[in-house]
Amino acid sequence: MLTVFLQFLFSGLTVGAVYALVGIGFNIIYNATSIINLAQGEFVVIGGLLMWFFTESLKLPFLLSAVLTILSAGLIGLFMERLTINPLKSTDLLLMIMITIAVSIVLRGILMFNFGKDPYVYPPFTEGEPLSIYGAIIQQQTLWVIGITGLCIILLFLFFKKTIVGKAMLACAVNPTAAKLVGINVSRMVMLSFILSAIVGAIGGMAITPISLMEYDKGPMLAVKGFCAAIMGGLGSNRGAVIGGFIIGILESMTAGYIHSGLKDAVALVILLLILFFKPAGIFVSKTMLQLRKF
Amino acid sequence: MKKGDLLVFFIFIFLIGLLPVLSGSTYTMTVGIFSGINALVAIGLCILMGYAGQVSLGQAGFYGIGAYVSAFLSLHFGLPVVVSLIFAMIVGAIAAVILAVPALRLKGHYLAVATLGFGEIIYIILNEWGPGGPSGFGDIPHFSLLGHTITSTTGYFYLIWCLVAGVMLFSLNLIHSRSGRALRAIHDSELASNAMGLDVVVLKIKVFILSAVYASLAGGLYAHYITFISPSSFSLFYSILVLMMVIVGGITNLWGAIIGAVVITVLPELLRRFEEFDVLVYGLILTLSLMFFRKGLVPILVEKIKKLKGLAVVKH
Repeated sequence: MLTVFLQFLFSGLTVGAVYALVGIGFNIIYNATSIINLAQGEFVVIGGLLMWFFTESLKLPFLLSAVLTILSAGLIGLFMERLTINPLKSTDLLLMIMITIAVSIVLRGILMFNFGKDPYVYPPFTEGEPLSIYGAIIQQQTLWVIGITGLCIILLFLFFKKTIVGKAMLACAVNPTAAKLVGINVSRMVMLSFILSAIVGAIGGMAITPISLMEYDKGPMLAVKGFCAAIMGGLGSNRGAVIGGFIIGILESMTAGYIHSGLKDAVALVILLLILFFKPAGIFVSKTMLQLRKF
Repeated sequence: MKKGDLLVFFIFIFLIGLLPVLSGSTYTMTVGIFSGINALVAIGLCILMGYAGQVSLGQAGFYGIGAYVSAFLSLHFGLPVVVSLIFAMIVGAIAAVILAVPALRLKGHYLAVATLGFGEIIYIILNEWGPGGPSGFGDIPHFSLLGHTITSTTGYFYLIWCLVAGVMLFSLNLIHSRSGRALRAIHDSELASNAMGLDVVVLKIKVFILSAVYASLAGGLYAHYITFISPSSFSLFYSILVLMMVIVGGITNLWGAIIGAVVITVLPELLRRFEEFDVLVYGLILTLSLMFFRKGLVPILVEKIKKLKGLAVVKH
């Protein structure tokens, strides 16, 4: 009984970590631009598939592959911003939503063309005996996923709190005009937010692929779940996204385990609609925060 | 209806009548039928986006509801197809109310994601609990009215395009009516329209229902024409295709929805050779039209014609 429950819990925490990373990716771009980047899920897929390409197809060493994957993802984020978001220079939200959808379709098309429709997998980062807690099995890769997520969160926290560039990005989020007046290059900050968010997504994809496989069309579902995590904790709050991501991951794996596996995707969607309908500001957000946000 | 629209409408009717005479091959007719079905969904989304300024990424959900309800009622309860189609539209409208009442308080991104979530939920429901599950079901009766059953492709072509013409006539009248002007006011500024005494939320909900009814009707027609349906036709990709039709045709002009539907339906037929590329080609078309032809084909064409007219006047 307990064993089964723990097993579902661990698998929920694993996928939850990835949803948290996707949610953080949404936040980074939203904070700098008020855009919801619906191509966020594609970054995760890109991370997984490129990592496969470098390690399995080119047979490069692990660390080099990881660095190359991260660099490529950052480059894709850069191109996306410079080629579509930046030239449009629009405040029309409808247009911005549609352009990110358009980019996500282009990325999916490129991925399908290069990788086909098959799922891909590569060996876990470390070989070794899985751990066992009360009979529940934890694969070593699960620890990697959670550890990497944790590291990302700490690094991002330090970046936004301690570095001048991070603080400048936060300033753009609070008030772009004022940021411009104190000499921050807002356009560069927006570009940086896309690069950063693509990297965070790709890291999630790299870590999760050995456990849950990766295929070209996983992006939209990952984006929806990551968005769900992000709004659960209040859009823009990274701490909220992490908590939201884990909650969704756990609920999803409990549903798959105890009720019916076909419904696991429906859980996140139903939660998403309920939050949007009843508390679009997020569950863990204070009243004052709520008044500051526009819906 | 404006004078220009009336002229275009007659040309449109003329073309519909002419096409089967010019090229009555089953292939042309089939592509024509799918264009018509897609046009119905696109007209609805065009009113929602271009006139009410709301976005929906869940039209596939209503399309699927229409198809499944109409197919199921006519197959299992033996209802006449016309009646089952009406039921399909009613169920589509009810689903729209359930979604719209809470969702239309949201704006921009939130609404887009909410409708996307709705569409995916319908897709999952059809997969899990729909008759036949992921593989769908067949033997759906053909469309029949007053004892005449339509089975020929040409028959379906006329039926569907007559319905498109009817829906178009209704929609054109709507957007040039009081409610249509109110909608355009909402599109320009919600705050100002509210201050002028317009009930913005109620109007938006009404338009949302209208777009859902059009999509359900199209879904029902699709089911009775093809006589076999499975959930895969009602996935997120269809919602995005419809969005593309509206954008390519031009969101500020209802005729754009029809042109966009025809272009996006015919395009993959022309690109058959590049089957591996289809997703990429769709993505590039959408991206490029958003970047460079943001107004869409029809509004650009209208502007060109007006310019030419202006030149002609100067010459005289």
